[in-house]
Amino acid sequence: MMDLGVDFVQLSLAPIVIGTLAAIACALPGNFLLLRRQALIGDAISHVALPGIVVAFLVTGTVAAWPMMIGAAGAAVVAVALIEAIKRLGRVEPGAAMGVVFTTLFAAGVLLLEQSDTSGVHIDVEHALYGNLESLIWFDATGWRSLLDPAALAKLPPQLFRLAIVLAVIVAFIAAFWKELAISTFDPGFAETVGIRTGAVGFALVVAAAIAAVAAFDAVGSIIAIAMFVCPPATARLMTDRLGRQIAWSVLFATTSAVAGYVFAGYGPLWFGSPHAISAAGMIATVSGLQLGLACLLGPRRRRAVQAAAASLHNP
Amino acid sequence: MTTADLFLDALSLRAGYNSALVTVGAGLLGVAAGGAGAFVFLRKRALVSDAITHATLPGVALAFIVMAALGGDGRWLPGLIFGSAVSAAIGLIVVEWIAARTRLGEDAAIGAVLSVFFGLGIVLLTVIQTMSQGKQAGLDGFLLGSTSGMLAGEAVLIAAAGGVAVALVVALRRPMTMVAFDPEHAATVGIDVRRTDLAMMGLALIVTVIGLKIVGLILIVALLIIPPVTARFWTDRVDRLILISAGAGGLASYSGAAFSAAARDVPTGPVIVLFAFALFVLSLALSPLRGVLASALRHRRFQHRVHLRQGLLAMARGEAIYDRLTLRILRRRGLIRRDGVATREGRGAAGRAQLDETRWATARRLRADDPVLERYDGLTPIDDVLTSDQVEHLDSLLPKPEST
Repeated sequence: MMDLGVDFVQLSLAPIVIGTLAAIACALPGNFLLLRRQALIGDAISHVALPGIVVAFLVTGTVAAWPMMIGAAGAAVVAVALIEAIKRLGRVEPGAAMGVVFTTLFAAGVLLLEQSDTSGVHIDVEHALYGNLESLIWFDATGWRSLLDPAALAKLPPQLFRLAIVLAVIVAFIAAFWKELAISTFDPGFAETVGIRTGAVGFALVVAAAIAAVAAFDAVGSIIAIAMFVCPPATARLMTDRLGRQIAWSVLFATTSAVAGYVFAGYGPLWFGSPHAISAAGMIATVSGLQLGLACLLGPRRRRAVQAAAASLHNP
Repeated sequence: MTTADLFLDALSLRAGYNSALVTVGAGLLGVAAGGAGAFVFLRKRALVSDAITHATLPGVALAFIVMAALGGDGRWLPGLIFGSAVSAAIGLIVVEWIAARTRLGEDAAIGAVLSVFFGLGIVLLTVIQTMSQGKQAGLDGFLLGSTSGMLAGEAVLIAAAGGVAVALVVALRRPMTMVAFDPEHAATVGIDVRRTDLAMMGLALIVTVIGLKIVGLILIVALLIIPPVTARFWTDRVDRLILISAGAGGLASYSGAAFSAAARDVPTGPVIVLFAFALFVLSLALSPLRGVLASALRHRRFQHRVHLRQGLLAMARGEAIYDRLTLRILRRRGLIRRDGVATREGRGAAGRAQLDETRWATARRLRADDPVLERYDGLTPIDDVLTSDQVEHLDSLLPKPEST
């Protein structure tokens, strides 16, 4: 039994924590994107991270995390700017403009990757899509007591610290601009009249989403990011009419999908007598979808209510 | 041979039987995708097809598992296509159901379906990797498309299915055009809008599953979105939009597939998408109707007309002109000299401009409610609006006749 504990701490604890941090970091801005009917921005950003990291690799020649994250964030900003430019210059509707931009940038990223000499370096499309959560093991752990051992804690996978920082930044952003975000999300017209710059708030939200997507992408691949932008907030939306509670629910659902998804992927096959683990990233997305499916069938607020948005504005 | 020679060979279908078939198949696929995509675009549902395309993955993987479990070859393409069609259809139904029956918007439904189905597909792919038969399942090719090493039978299947999809677009074009253009009107003339919408998304689904092997499921949606957006730059008519979109899709896919056949180790899907994007950028820049260049030129021409007119009126009133652009335009047309003094032509033109302005003012005062005279914009000569008789009559009424 003791051995199982050591194994769990070494092999599973760090991935579970990292997966949970990534899920929450994406779900938080996802709440506002969902309410603004911009749920697919997260999808677009996650696709364009690929060309960003490829270009960062070609420029710096390393696979260090920070250049990659800067590259991916830069690509996200370029993508948002391109979408705006195509919308305005060509008078193209937003959905189509988004489709044009993210497919093209993703295609460019794949081609760049295939054409450049990245042999011996661990970037490939599959890695970008579903990451490698399973490989983020905590080698220096010797059991639960390692949680109190500073030397062992320092050897935790660096993604964990990066995601913790990113999550803290996002929480701080949402807390600091809570009123602006809430008002401009529910009633942009009113927000303008009370002097909130809705355009700037919207852009800041997209930047926050991009930061979350990039940090999650680095650790767990884009498929989790895309799922976590949409599924936990959508599930939460079916549970309550209040913004604050919706966000709390979404954090809970993000956590349960990350933990349950990882456990099912890592230990599920064992229950069926197979020694091979299956993709944790895919399983986390699947669990978040199952939660959403249940909420669609049973959620107490699954139906449309015209007054719902107004009510949650008065009692945030 | 250089890549360029190989590219020309592939373009003219001389690069071998298989790659010729693949190129033709890709071209047909592109035509069908452009046509189907045009309807989807006009119904503003471009991103629904993104959910459909991602939703194919679990079907492909499940079909592989089932076929392998039954002792067959898991890679049998018709079986994989059938599986992908079933799961894409389920994905489409789920999107529609969530958007209609819950408070969530269509965008959330799309995002949820595409990520969850894709995640489930990834899980199943890793299950396949652990199966004894599927070590090298080659299913990775479905993510980004791969035409190298395609079997002749598969190429024939894809080319034939592409042809069928094109035929379906042609057959369904009338009801779909009506619904895309004006759903209310279509409903009043007896077209079932819901079923037509379903047929439209079904067509997108067919294109998707055919395109899986060539373009890959992540990028096939680009073939449904980019060609219609491109076509929109060239026409305001629905029927032409569909034709141009199909043409752009076909051109991009055909030449993209040929290029990837010529340049080894270049994945087909991304090349096709970038060819389509190149057509889009060209259209955005060069279209005479809505292009960036054309509207910049239009803006410049309008600006020059305004400056010319205002400059001439100022000259007629004997006012000094300070605006540099105005001065430059007048000088370049030989209406003023370098030192700013009006030339003979300049004085004539200024007088004519003043006369025109006076005629307009008089006409508008006398017949304030004449709709014809609402075309006054300070630029159009009144001769363009009134007949010469009317102008003559007007001149007799002018308060203070001026000579030209």
